[in-house]
Amino acid sequence: MNAMQRTLTALGQQEPDRVPLFLLTTEHGAKEVGLSIEEYYSRAGNVIEGQMRLLKKYRADCLYGFYYAAIEMEAWGGHTIFMPDGPPLCGSPIITRAEQIDTLIPPAIETAPGLQRVLDTIRGLKERVGDSVPIIGVAISPFSLPVMQMGFDNYLELIYEQPERFERLMQANITFSVNWANAQLAAGATAICYFDPVSSTTNIPRELYLKTGQTVARQALSRIKGPTATHMASGRALPIIGEIADTGTAIIGVSALEDLAALKAAANRRVSLLGNLNGIEMRRWTTAHAEFEVRRAIAKAGRGGGFLLGDNHGEIPWLVPDEVLLAIGDAVERWGNYPLDWVDDWLKEND
Amino acid sequence: MNEWIVSFRAALETLDRLGAESVVNQALAHLTPILVVDQIVVPALEQIGLAWEQGDIALSQVYMSGRICEELVEQVLPPSDPDRKHQPRSAIVVLSDYHMLGKRIVYSQMRASGFELFDYGRMDVDELVERVLAGNIRVLLISVLMLPSALKVGQVCARLKAAGLPVKVVVGGAPFLFDDKLWSEVGADAMGRNAAEAVTIVERWMREMQ
Repeated sequence: MNAMQRTLTALGQQEPDRVPLFLLTTEHGAKEVGLSIEEYYSRAGNVIEGQMRLLKKYRADCLYGFYYAAIEMEAWGGHTIFMPDGPPLCGSPIITRAEQIDTLIPPAIETAPGLQRVLDTIRGLKERVGDSVPIIGVAISPFSLPVMQMGFDNYLELIYEQPERFERLMQANITFSVNWANAQLAAGATAICYFDPVSSTTNIPRELYLKTGQTVARQALSRIKGPTATHMASGRALPIIGEIADTGTAIIGVSALEDLAALKAAANRRVSLLGNLNGIEMRRWTTAHAEFEVRRAIAKAGRGGGFLLGDNHGEIPWLVPDEVLLAIGDAVERWGNYPLDWVDDWLKEND
Repeated sequence: MNEWIVSFRAALETLDRLGAESVVNQALAHLTPILVVDQIVVPALEQIGLAWEQGDIALSQVYMSGRICEELVEQVLPPSDPDRKHQPRSAIVVLSDYHMLGKRIVYSQMRASGFELFDYGRMDVDELVERVLAGNIRVLLISVLMLPSALKVGQVCARLKAAGLPVKVVVGGAPFLFDDKLWSEVGADAMGRNAAEAVTIVERWMREMQ
């Protein structure tokens, strides 16, 4: 099987030849091509080359068109702060007074240079791999984008205290996010990772999710012309996993804070899982520990398909060393082959 | 007392400002303001912090609870009140990254627990070390969201130690929650797994320093 066949089989709740590895590396590509993170992201060609080298080096089953979250805010008039050793950060909020929401107009994708670079990257990756490897695009959910637009504290107060203005902001954001996701699909992305950490029960209670994040996701995902993976970016999802599946998403990115076996049972073959290796701890894993964590994840969620092995945040930190990522690839090749007939004995001894 | 804590916590979790105020007013008929803070507000916030850590309630409820408590405590125990806790000079900061919510929550809960502290906003390592030394700070609370920022706490701790200032550092934020060895790796004195735990740690240090 090639990476695409492997992934589609798993998403069809069947067992492919082995567990698909969705190692979502971003800034590691800068190391591969010998550039600073800021230089790396300044040209689509750099990221195409970086992603292709990472695909070969770590033997993952996907390419990642994602640059950094703040690139969407650049389109809205925001700015990005580049760090030497980690993901670029979003600068000051663009909404400093709630009244600004009343006249907020979503930006056009065509006029945003950063977004165009991402689209060029996806086109370039598609030219290289065709339909053999899934290419993952990213759209921050309309419900989670306001954390960057106005700051998390101001946004929480808006949700609770100004419902009409909140609704106005959601409509502007849905227009933008849908257009952005569809532009990536048109450029060649196979699926869109819909980052929605605010919907996680780590951040808002289930009852509020049903009235806000889920309603927004239903509206947005129904207009995105391709499959989506809803990612909680390290946040918890177990109490709302059925409700996330109800939004029509195909995959849920889940947290290291929750038990994969419990998540798999709750997913109940309605939705696939992506996760949940701890990307923060990963920085100091030994190769032996990396192998142990891969085995644990596969043992808990691999059987029957419906599982993609990845980290729990949707991005491997730049500080995670090569040896660990290579050890993860080795472990998947050693322990990820179906049928997973070692799992019962291993769980008896280790769980 | 327990009934007041239960009612107060329930009001906070449902963002019932008037309900929370009513419990405080009932308690004030029997207790001094500082005892209301110590015996009702702080325990309720501790329970809420623990419930968040266990995944039983959400960060939005923790944040809004802190805001409500901060306002209530401000009314019954203004900053100039002599009953405000005597404490070492304390400051809170976001180091290096730009995610401010965690600091805002801890700041609210510290103030709602009767503490006064300097809010340094967001700083890089050099500026923070300089400010802590100049301000003769004894307790420093550092909040981060990103892993590179968490690792920079190591530089802050090493430079404060080298300067000989007896400052205690408590850290908090996602990287420390996802890697429970990280706080000691960077040389901090403690980690707060939630905002209320940070308050508990500072209270313990306050007693030790007296």
